[in-house]
Amino acid sequence: MKTHNLTLPLSPAEIDKLKINDKVLLTGYLFTARDVAHKRMMEIIQKGEVLPFELSEIALFYCGPSPVRPGNICGAIGPTTSSRMNSYTPYFIQKGLRVMIGKGEISSEVQNTIKEYKAVYLTMAGGISAYLSQFIVSCETFLWPELGPEAIHKLLVKEIPAYVQCK
Amino acid sequence: MNMRYVSRETIEEELTKAINYITFNPDPELPALLKSALADETNDVSKDILNCMLENIKLAPKIEIPLCQDTGSFIVFAEIGNQCSIPDAPLSQIINETLIKVSAELYLRPSILKDPLLHRINTGTNAPAVIHISIVEGDKLILHIAQKGGGAENMSQLKMFTPSANPEDIIDFVIHTVQVAKGNACPPLIIGLGIGGNFETCAILAKKALLAPLSHKNPVLEYAALEQNILKSVNRTGIGVQGMGGKNTALAVHILTAPCHIASLPVAVNLQCHSHRHTTIII
Repeated sequence: MKTHNLTLPLSPAEIDKLKINDKVLLTGYLFTARDVAHKRMMEIIQKGEVLPFELSEIALFYCGPSPVRPGNICGAIGPTTSSRMNSYTPYFIQKGLRVMIGKGEISSEVQNTIKEYKAVYLTMAGGISAYLSQFIVSCETFLWPELGPEAIHKLLVKEIPAYVQCK
Repeated sequence: MNMRYVSRETIEEELTKAINYITFNPDPELPALLKSALADETNDVSKDILNCMLENIKLAPKIEIPLCQDTGSFIVFAEIGNQCSIPDAPLSQIINETLIKVSAELYLRPSILKDPLLHRINTGTNAPAVIHISIVEGDKLILHIAQKGGGAENMSQLKMFTPSANPEDIIDFVIHTVQVAKGNACPPLIIGLGIGGNFETCAILAKKALLAPLSHKNPVLEYAALEQNILKSVNRTGIGVQGMGGKNTALAVHILTAPCHIASLPVAVNLQCHSHRHTTIII
């Protein structure tokens, strides 16, 4: 199993070098988004309005963190099921998104779009939140705090482990 | 008849301790099963993830970060002895008020919505719990509790077989369920199988089956053999840890059965992720 130390955002050349099942240690910013955030993001773009980040420069992490205990850097963090985002992902890839992180298999439509646009889907192991918390440098609620765990959170991560599942 | 009174305070105290425990500690037999899966595994990614899972189990109670961010629906199977009285408040109220208090104290993620379809607003408290109450003989109050994550729950299935079905058909149904779930259910899995009863009973049995100790075997030898047969068949699917391939897709299979109608053979498969968080309180 080959391991790559990568800093986000990933360049096309970096994505190109990755092989299925390679391990990646990611450093940089991850933006969390679950079902509701995906719906809202899509509505914003479809209305012709602008998202507060460039899709091409971020990694989208399918994750709903738990609240942060005072004195801690972050709450419990881990991936949720990626396939729930299947209906939104091809659209976001067409709008520039290149890195998605979650768990489980994605639809053939999403896989085909990933291949067409030279994007990458990474799997992170679920149910290991205490372990993953060691790789979080900072965590802030970035957008829609009223959604609680379903808000968009901006996480700074250092060498957080994931595996290449589709590219 | 002499009644034994159990106070609200006693239930709150025991429940608080138990929720604290399962938030940071899985089933006590789980680490040994993960270690034997690791020893047996040949897939590199699966081995790597199994090591992370074992490390996670060591770390969680030390740093007080939950085993999984999804601390789930709170499930309670309550067995109230016919000589046990809980006079202070309805048991479900005591459970929900304790859950709300402990969720806040432990900074658990609120994962429960008020309405499933039209108004998906978070209750913000993890209440209400899913509570099943039965009256049994004796003077004890027994609470089997679990935190059940959404990923594995979403991939669970129920099928109303006809009486012509045989054990092989049931095995195929479990394998089908696991294959559709793939990595979504966070394998290696614990599989609860409810056979018999009716539409709702088989689902409840499948959930209850998950709350047995991991090493528990069905007391009927033929069903214990079926549990082992299903476990071996599921592990031959090659889905592996987190769907990444390998020999370890499930760690245990538990079957519970109930009498059923002459026309029916209901079967429910409730999948449980490797983050198997449950315990039993006896008051």
